[in-house]
Amino acid sequence: MSWDWNVVDDFMPRFWDGVLVTLQALAVGTLIAFALGLVWALAQRSGRVWVRWPVVAVTEFIRNTPLLVQLFFLFYVVPNFGPSMSPLTTGIVGLGLHYSTYTAEVYRAGIDGVPAGQWEAATALSLSKGRTWRVVILPQAIRRVVPPLGNYVIAMLKDSPMIATIGAFDMLGEAQTFSNETFTTEALTVVGVAFIVIAYPASLLIRALERRLVR
Amino acid sequence: MMSSEFFTTWFLPGIWVTVQVTVYAAALGAAISFGIGLARGSRYWIVRFVAGIYFEVFRGMSALVLMFWMFFALPLFGWQLVPMWAGVSALGLTYGAYGSEIVRGSLAAVSPAQKEAGVALNFTRLQRLRLIELPQAWPEMVPPFNNLLIELLKGTALVSVITVADMTFAGNLVRLGTNETTPVYTLLLVLYFVLAFLITRGMRLLERRAKAGVGQRPEKTGGSTRTSGARGERLPAGSQSAAGGTA
Repeated sequence: MSWDWNVVDDFMPRFWDGVLVTLQALAVGTLIAFALGLVWALAQRSGRVWVRWPVVAVTEFIRNTPLLVQLFFLFYVVPNFGPSMSPLTTGIVGLGLHYSTYTAEVYRAGIDGVPAGQWEAATALSLSKGRTWRVVILPQAIRRVVPPLGNYVIAMLKDSPMIATIGAFDMLGEAQTFSNETFTTEALTVVGVAFIVIAYPASLLIRALERRLVR
Repeated sequence: MMSSEFFTTWFLPGIWVTVQVTVYAAALGAAISFGIGLARGSRYWIVRFVAGIYFEVFRGMSALVLMFWMFFALPLFGWQLVPMWAGVSALGLTYGAYGSEIVRGSLAAVSPAQKEAGVALNFTRLQRLRLIELPQAWPEMVPPFNNLLIELLKGTALVSVITVADMTFAGNLVRLGTNETTPVYTLLLVLYFVLAFLITRGMRLLERRAKAGVGQRPEKTGGSTRTSGARGERLPAGSQSAAGGTA
């Protein structure tokens, strides 16, 4: 109907605050997801059944349930018996935990992609288990997993507005409160466009990275 | 503990609403997947271009933001959607964009010799698609579509934010009403997991039938969603089922 650039102008300062929070959540969430994902992936390959089984079960469960409900769980249930966290911290932990189960799959595929000959060569050189992983397997696996990991960072960016539902002031949270205060909707549109503006170049970047790294 | 009355008035209908939203959004998403997926392999650059724009826009958009926008901003442009349909269309549009990549990829993976054989037999473009390419691409599409369907199921939780009374919404009501958060949210998570499990079982069945249709046997895979990469992400070479295909 009507589009008012003045409203957009008014929203801008808060928009940038929101962008900052979103990027912050994304950055820390990514770190958690990457680190924890590797832990899951290695644990899933463990020779001990009592390590492998629970990890597989937990990651499957987390991957097959909605992030939104997990956020509610972390925010409303966990404080009953554990630490009580701010909305943003909860959001970051939730995002990181949820996506770690995806990155675990990526690492798994990357590790499986290392040719069996490499393992055999490491055995032939009688490298210890730790050295085999550190200097032979992981360096080769990481190369393959960078592009898909990047894709999950983008996916995470797109899921990050969910943290607004537990009260974090990311882009969507700012837009929502602003819209409620001023009875306008321009802020929502701005945020929607912002997502495409961030996500599209990012996906181009990943594609370029993929061409360079894989093969 | 939540009262049984509450359970029957909100929670059970909530499960039904979640199922409905999933089914409707999946139907819309499937239509868009095939429409856009086929268009992206079109001969005409303008069709490819428009389909590509659709794909990039809706893949780059956050489903939740789109849903909010459809619910709050679209009415001001003179289009008032019922919350449920705002949710369904936002999910269908987004996941349809992801799905179009699956359709495009699987069609591209059909061996060129098959298409050439169709040309040699003087089939029209449509006949080739219907009789040669789609039947062979279909078994390759089923596993990634399974993953996407589970993503969609998880995505339906978002509709609770725009006041659709699905099971997450019911869970939030229970929290507001009784403050009994632990059983409610645990139950919710388990319910979603069970639904995802049922979807996987159903899709496995579909996969077996689809593969049997072209004389293949499904690969053995453990767990429920072992091959990820459903949302248009690419996995390392060799792990994506849509790309390789068996000869």
